[in-house]
Order: sequence, then structure tokens, then C-alpha cells
Amino acid sequence: MAAQRRTEEMRDRVVLGEFGVRNVHTTDFPGNYSGYDDAWDQRRFEEAFRVDVIREEGDELEFDMVGIDAAIANAFRRILLAEVPTMAVEKVFVYNNTSIVQDEILAHRLGLIPIRADPRLFEYRNQGDEEGTEIDTLQFQLKIKCSRNSQAAKESSDPDELYFNHKVYSKHMTWVPLGNQTDLFPDADFRPVHDDILIALLRPGQEIDVLMHCVKGIGKDHAKFSPVATASYRLLPDITLLQPIEDEAAEMLQKCFSPGVIEIQNIKGKKVARVANARLDTFSREVFRHESLKNLVRLARVRNHYIFSVESTGILPPDVLVSEAIKILMGKCQRFLNELDSVPME
Amino acid sequence: MAEEGERKAVLETVQADGTDGSCITFVLHDEDHTLGNALRYMVMKNPDVEFCGYCITHPSESKINFRIQTRGALPAVEPFRRGLSDLMGVCQHVLNTFERSMKEYRAQREEEMQ
Repeated sequence: MAAQRRTEEMRDRVVLGEFGVRNVHTTDFPGNYSGYDDAWDQRRFEEAFRVDVIREEGDELEFDMVGIDAAIANAFRRILLAEVPTMAVEKVFVYNNTSIVQDEILAHRLGLIPIRADPRLFEYRNQGDEEGTEIDTLQFQLKIKCSRNSQAAKESSDPDELYFNHKVYSKHMTWVPLGNQTDLFPDADFRPVHDDILIALLRPGQEIDVLMHCVKGIGKDHAKFSPVATASYRLLPDITLLQPIEDEAAEMLQKCFSPGVIEIQNIKGKKVARVANARLDTFSREVFRHESLKNLVRLARVRNHYIFSVESTGILPPDVLVSEAIKILMGKCQRFLNELDSVPME
Repeated sequence: MAEEGERKAVLETVQADGTDGSCITFVLHDEDHTLGNALRYMVMKNPDVEFCGYCITHPSESKINFRIQTRGALPAVEPFRRGLSDLMGVCQHVLNTFERSMKEYRAQREEEMQ
């Protein structure tokens, strides 16, 4: 009985010990455990797999994926960060820049501005193509000049009063349609996601006149193309009390965990600790610092329950990003399957 | 073998002479841990596979060596192909389940708003 519990624990919990983490790697491969059939079974996978959406607010999405392995969950995370394409400024043609910001610094800043343009409507630019066609390029113009406000009060020192256009924001970027883009995208409104990104500061007489080309790219090439502010996951915590914990020890235990994790109930006059919601815990391992408590609690994580948190930069909604990431992984597999079929293997 | 001179290699195989095709090292170009680890997991779940592993030859080159050794005389291409299609099946199911869950969540939120 105990041996079976130990095997179960080895198979589906990652245990956090005082000085290390045990059972980290996936071991449920065929042949490792006698009595278990671990061969891949699509039907068994589909029965056990589920996705629970916890929260969707604007650009943030939190959802649970239960019943999948770390290798595949991590593949989705890596694709979300580095391989879902977006549009970003790649080439900046500087016609006039008399501002204090150097050309290359200005170009770098412009590249990092997220552009609200659905990348699925565009193609990748061909290698070596310098001009750019209407199907792979978006053109933006930033043309702004700072001038003195002659109506300002003589003693005022507030730049907002003294100068016109002294702050260059992303809202000053305007879309310049290329070729037949006005017909291809009649209702489109291509602009930066946020209007209030400060690009540069000017003083009277300084001006910026640049033309920008946006192309489609992926995060692997340059981080400016990454569509997520961040995408991460954590495993579901699993806290087990190995013995009943009462009175003062219960109070101390409650303080060792994040608020809401341990709840103290009053049973027959005695205060008894109970694990209320392990999901809220951030595993600071404070409990291992108390000699009297450290052997009474088992800290573990459920191996196949992933709590994903995806925050988009605003270009695409987070659920679209997750769907695209899954499709990209499918595309990779399909590419190799086609390659296997097309080239005869010797 | 109708290969144009400029076509970039996507998949190559390396095999020791004299073996019967049950141990092959595949070289996958432009890939890294993203596909390597996921595919390794799917191929290891196949009971006919005796050994499966991958490594990144050098961090400056984006290619992985993916080795499969099968039990018995089964050609190693078979578990590779099956691993790829199983992985596609997993992704398809995950996609369907995710989209269905998103729809349910949004429908539930609509109801709560009213």
C-alpha cells in the first residue's frame, strides 16, 4: 500500500524537499513501471485532458491545461515567446533628424513600438528584397517639427506652454498606404497599439522626418517581434499536512504560507489547520525554516497541471496568440512529415 | 534525387554502415528544444523504441541531432513518423479543447453580465 503510494507520488508529483527538488523528470514511459501501461494512447489522453479558462481581462489570459506533459507545455510557451509572428518597424529611412536623439537610437526605439496590424494578413519579405511590396510591408511616416509658442507668458518655464510639439508620441506616426493597400485593406486602421509612447523630445527648430517600413518577423530574430509581454506557466501546488496541526503550530503554519492557503477551523474548541486553497501559494518554503513544522508538511507540485499566464502586447488578443502557437507547432510537425514523404529514405 | 543546388536541407539522416536501419540519427535543421523535447517525449511513449534522445550540436547552429534506436528490426523511420503524427494529434486536440473552453468561458461571462 505504501509502496503503491510512493510510486504514485513518483509518477505524478514533483516534491519540493528542504534542500532540493525530487522527481523532476517525467518517468512514465513504457517499461519503466511494471503494472502500468504507459504507451501513448490518444483516447486515454483525450479523456484525461482538459483546459479551464480562469480569467480573461483585456490583454491578459490565465488558463489551466491539465493532463499534458512538460515537454509539450513548454513547447507552447517557447513558441508564444519566440515564434508567433508580428509586424514591427524594421527599416527607418531618415530624411531629416535634427533632434538630440541619434538616428540609430531613434530607429531602435521605433522598432520596439508594437504596431496594431494583424500579421496573418501579410507575408514574410523575401530574402534580399530591399524595396518591399504591398503584401509584405507597411509604411508609416513620422514628420514633426517643434516651434516656439509666441503667446506664452514671459516668465513661464513650463515646456508644455512654451513650445508646440515638443514631445513626439507614437500617435504622431501615420500610415502611408503602399500600392493598392487602400483597396486590399479598406477598413484597416494601422497604427501603433498605444498612442502615448514617448519617442523623443524636441526643442524649437528641431524636427524629425522619417519613413518607416514594417515587416513580418518572429521573436527568434529580434525581440521586438515577440507578441507577448510575457507568457509563462507554473505547476499547480499541492500541499499535504502529514499530521494534524493544532493551536499555536496551526497559527505558525498559516503565517508560513501565502494568505488564503491555510485556513484555521475551530473543531471541538481546538484550532485545527486545513489546506484551503493550495493554488494561491507561491512556495516561499518558509515552513522549512521552522524545525517543529518542517516534517509535518509535504510541499509538492502536480506534474501535469499547468497554470498558464499569457499577457499580450495588444497586437493580437491572448487567446488568438495561444491558438496560433498551437498551429505553429502543428506546422513544424507537418513540415517534417512532408519532408519524410518527399525524399526517399535510403 | 531531384534536388536543386540551392535548396536548404531541412532533414538529413546519419546512419552507421552495416546496420539495418533500426538505429538512425536524424539531423533536423532550424529546430531547437521547442520541437526536439516535445518530439522526444512522443517517440519515447512508443513501446517499440529502445532509445530516443536529442541534442543541440552547438548553440550557434540551429540544428538538432535526434537519435532513435528501435527494439528488434523495426526501421527507425517508423517511430519518427508516428511520433510526428501523434504530436500533431495532440496539438489538434489541445487546439479544439482550448477553443471550446474559451467559447464556454465567454458565454458564461455573457450570462453573468445579464
